[in-house]
Parts: sequence; C-alpha cells; structure tokens
Amino acid sequence: MNRLAEQFEQLRTKNEGALVAYLMAGDPDPLRSLEYAMAMEAGGADVIELGLPFSDPIADGPTIQAAGVRAFQSKITMKSFVQIITEFRALSKTPLVVMSYYNPIWKMGEETFLKQIVEAGADGVAIPDLPVEESTNWLNQCRKYHTSRIFFVTPETDDGRAKKIAEQSTGFLYLVPRYGTTGARDELASHTASLIQRVRPLMPAGLPLAVGFGLSNKEQVQTVITAGADAAIVGSALVDKIAQGVSPETLMLFVRELKDGTRRSASAAV
Amino acid sequence: MATRVATSSNQLNKLGVGKLSELPKDGKYGDFGGQYVPEILIPALKQLEAAYESIKTDFEFQRELKVLREEYGGRPTPLYFAKRLTEYAGSAQIYLKREDLVHGGAHKFNNVIGQALLAKRMGKQRIIAETGAGQHGVATAMVGAMLGIPVEVYMGSTDIERQKMNVYRMKLLGAQVHPVIAGSATLKDAINEALRDWATNVQTTYYLIGSVVGPHPYPMIVRDFQRVIGDEIMGQTLRRDRKLPDLLVACVGGGSNALGTFYPFVNESSVHFLGAEAAGAASLGKGSVGVLHGAKTQVLQDEWGQISETHSISAGLDYAAVGPEHSLYKKLGRGEYISVNDEEAFEGFRMLSQLEGIIPALESAHAVYAGVQRARKMRKDQLIVITLSGRGDKDLETALRYEQARGTV
Repeated sequence: MNRLAEQFEQLRTKNEGALVAYLMAGDPDPLRSLEYAMAMEAGGADVIELGLPFSDPIADGPTIQAAGVRAFQSKITMKSFVQIITEFRALSKTPLVVMSYYNPIWKMGEETFLKQIVEAGADGVAIPDLPVEESTNWLNQCRKYHTSRIFFVTPETDDGRAKKIAEQSTGFLYLVPRYGTTGARDELASHTASLIQRVRPLMPAGLPLAVGFGLSNKEQVQTVITAGADAAIVGSALVDKIAQGVSPETLMLFVRELKDGTRRSASAAV
Repeated sequence: MATRVATSSNQLNKLGVGKLSELPKDGKYGDFGGQYVPEILIPALKQLEAAYESIKTDFEFQRELKVLREEYGGRPTPLYFAKRLTEYAGSAQIYLKREDLVHGGAHKFNNVIGQALLAKRMGKQRIIAETGAGQHGVATAMVGAMLGIPVEVYMGSTDIERQKMNVYRMKLLGAQVHPVIAGSATLKDAINEALRDWATNVQTTYYLIGSVVGPHPYPMIVRDFQRVIGDEIMGQTLRRDRKLPDLLVACVGGGSNALGTFYPFVNESSVHFLGAEAAGAASLGKGSVGVLHGAKTQVLQDEWGQISETHSISAGLDYAAVGPEHSLYKKLGRGEYISVNDEEAFEGFRMLSQLEGIIPALESAHAVYAGVQRARKMRKDQLIVITLSGRGDKDLETALRYEQARGTV
C-alpha cells in the first residue's frame, strides 16, 4: 500500500476527510515553495499537490497562471522541481501528488519523468490535459512504478464515461464540480452534492473521491466533505496567500483552519 | 521535380488506411492529432464530431453552405496566370489562387461559414474565436453579424497593437474583442484563453477555431471546409491545361490554407506540396513532437517541454505549433516545408505588388517568395499554383514601419 492509500485509510478510521493542499513548485522560488509545502503539512494538509509550471496552462485561471509566471521568473528547472520533492520527502511522510500538463512529461519521456519523481518521493500524478483515451502507455508506466494515476470527472462526464475513468484511477478520483478553470470562488457550484452522489456509485469500492476547483474556505471544505467526498482540494486560495507573500506561519494557520472543515465529527450532518 | 511523392503501402498499412485522404483514423494522423484537452471538453468534442458527421450528408445544410459561399463569399475564386511573375522567375508557369478575393479578404471565410452554420444547427447561442492576424476574427465577426449570432474574439495584445485596423473591423461588425496579455500575447495565448472560455461556457458556446489545429475533430472539420480551395484548383487547372499542377505552394502557420490547397491532391503522387513557414515560427522545420492546444504535433519548445515564443513579421504565421496533418505529411515526405524569413517575405510582398499589381498579405508573401524561388529550378512546361491566402491591406502599417526602419521608403 502506498502512502496515499495509507493516508486515506487512516483518515477513514478517524472519520475525517482529507485536505489536499496545492502549491506551484518554484513559487516564488524553489526554496520558499519547499518552505510553504512544509507549512501546509504542519498546518494539517493530508496530501500535498505540487504543480509543475507550464507555459500554456489551459485548465488554470488567473491565480495559478500567475503562480506559473512567478515560478518561471525564479528560473525553476526540472532538476530543481525534482529536488523540491526529494527535500520534502526527506522531511515528511505526507503523500505528495504532482500536477503537470502533459507536454513536459511527454517531452522528457513518460517513463523517465515517472522514474525521477517517484525516486524523489512522489506518490501520484494528475495530468489535466491527458484523458484516459490517450493514456495507454502512461497507465502501463504508472503500474510499473506503483504510482497513483489521478484522472478527472466533471458535470459533463456521463455515467458510462465516469465509470470508465474511475476504473483507470488510483489514489483518488478528482471531481471537478465547476465549469471552467481553477480559481477561488465565493460560492460552491449548487449541483456539487448531487454530482458527488451521482459519481460515487460508479466508482470502484475503496477509491477515494476528491473534490477540487474553486474551494476557498473552511465552510466549502466542510460542505463537500459533508456531501460525501473523501477529500477537498484547495489550490488557488492558498496560491493567493503565497502571492501576497505571507509568512509560512500565516499559511500554516490558514491550512489549519481549512483542515478543521474536514473533520466529520465537528459537523452535525453525516 | 519529376519524381513522384508516392506514399508506400507499408506506410499506409501502418497508418491503418488505404489512402492518405482517409485520415484521420480514430482522431489521429498516424502519431499526430488526438484529443489532449481537459475532461470538461471531451463530451463537447464528441458532440461536435457527431453533429459534423450528420451535416456532411445533409442536403439542406450543404446547399445553404454552397449558396452562402457563392453569393456572400464570392466563390469560386479565380485562378490567375501571373504572366510577369512567371517571366521574372523565368521558368515554370506560375498561377495564383486568389483567396485574397474572398469576402473579408482572406481564405478564413471558407471555414468560418461552414462552422458557423454548424454552430447554428447545434443550437449554440454564442460563438467564440481566437485570432492572430485578425483575419479569422474578422471573418467570424462578419458571419456572426450575417447570421445574427453574438461573437467574442480573443486576441493577443501584441497582435492587437500590430493589427489595429482588423480590431476596428471586428468591433464595427459587432464583435467583442478580448485582449489577452498572458505569455507572448499572440495567437497561442489567444487560443489558451478561448479554450478556457469554452470550458466555462461549453453548454451554450461554440468554439470556432480558425485553423487546422486543436483537438480532433477540429483539424478535420477545418480541413474539410477549406478543401474548396484545392478542389477549385483541380477543376481550374484541368479545364485550362488538361493537367494537374506539378507544385502547390502555400504559407503555413497553423496550416489551414495550405491544407485546403493540398488535401484534394494528397493521393495524386505527381503533385508536390511546398509549405512556407515563417523562419521565426518554423514548427515543422525547427520544432519537435509535442502536445499543444489539444493535439500531438510538431511544436517549438525547449528541452523540458515549455512552449517557445515565436517571432514573425506576419501575425498569422506567428504560432508555435502546426496542424497535425502537416506534421504527418512532413514525416512521410508527402509535403516539403521550408522557412522564409522576414526579409524574404518582404521581397515577395514587393515583388507581387510591383509585378502583378496585387498586394498580398504578409503571410501569403512567404508563399510567393518560396514559389518564385522554386519555379527557377523547374521546367518551363511545369505548372505551379501559389495560394494567395489573403490580401495585404491589413499589413500596410507594418510594411511601412518595416521600410522606414530600413530606410527604403
């Protein structure tokens, strides 16, 4: 069992949802992004999702686009990206998932990429622009390196397709309740709860369901966990804080508050 | 030029087809193409493909398309024998396919009218488009006005600066123009933003892509709507000279006018294809295989897969990737692709203006230059068709600045 599966197992026994915290590697520079990742972990993040910057991030809104620009300005390279994972793993047992567009992975070679990040200590990869249809070789490589492969389901995905996607996913299934790109929103899409209920029965038993895109505060985290998700993914709201240049301690406190939203015992309706 | 560019049966077997014209197969052109997009768009692409398949054989749709192409768009366009240009080159006979005479001033209309009718058929209430030089944006705004569908166009702020007249034309035609400041603020970034809009409004919005790029089925749809160029060339050369051209020349950015010109001849091994890329954006000449805007294709990128910024005097060729079908033609040797730099393109621009009284778009000027150079290496009885993808009015300010900077005017 890998770190990701173990983590979800433990949280289940504690009756807690997972908080998945996203940040962009190299934002504002490689060293400080490592400090922020450690702050997230200390604040109670159950999974760290580390973004690899890409020049053309079509699934991202302005916040994460800007984070990518800052990362490029810090002269991040593939080598320093892998180094951030290595350093993080030396300090922490918290599972780490890489979020990357497909082209950098393709360019390096799927196997070379996976080998490097897995040896450094990554536990899974999510690729927003690689649908299951284009994933035959990728799936084989992930099996070979025992890495979780995280695919996406959206409100547009019909039941048959959602089932097919869930069957190919390991680690967790990434449910995007919103139309559009990443970015913090004040309101949760109104159909989020019904979408969770629609998708859950289509998934293999034991595969955790994570909800992301647009979650920005504790209340929203609580809402998706209460609605039956196993994990809430918070990205842009955290990246916003990093963009403001907050101290790692301030970020830690914010993550702690978000994490509170995942404790089912704290909410009445379960 | 006497050699034939036949595709071997071994190559065809590998591609899973009997003839190259049968591609794409399962959304792929060999190793190229595909659908590398966020999951939210996959169902929309499947719907688009189904809708497109249904109109292919729909008599009413095809008749409406034909009437609008002729009566609104001004088709068929002439095939003009460029006598003085031929004399200047001093060898093969040079013909110009006059897509610059299509309504709107470029070949872009051919595709836009087809896709806009498809959008209407699909019940979409809003059309979005990206534009580089502004020609695709103008064509979309024009057709949107004519069909009564609201149009919003994404355009890089660098391109807005160098194509002010087209921005005004779009606005005059009732379209909203959204400046895109991200990245290099050119075509690539405009496509990123259009894809983001589409992901957000996919239920109500039709994304009208302007070239043979993007995820399947777009490269196929745009090619099919642009093939009218090559179909007409075939009829015109056969009627006039009782033979097919020996060489077809077109400029290649995303590659829609080139593919529209080449595709109807793809199974004719005696017909050579020559694509002229901008030297500062030569994804076929200098790129490597990558994934951009939903397709696997030749891309200009650095060693870790970040997309490069491109530079060309012509906004319409200033793009870091190319249509996947061109990537296949290049790989198979079915098409030849060469680089033309700004200076050479400008030579083509002046040459055609002064020898034929036709001011070409700077994009098309790349093809003019390449065609004339190649003509010199051919025989007098051979026949070249250069596709003049657009007219140069939009580029006069750029051209004037270019000449002023060099002190030639």
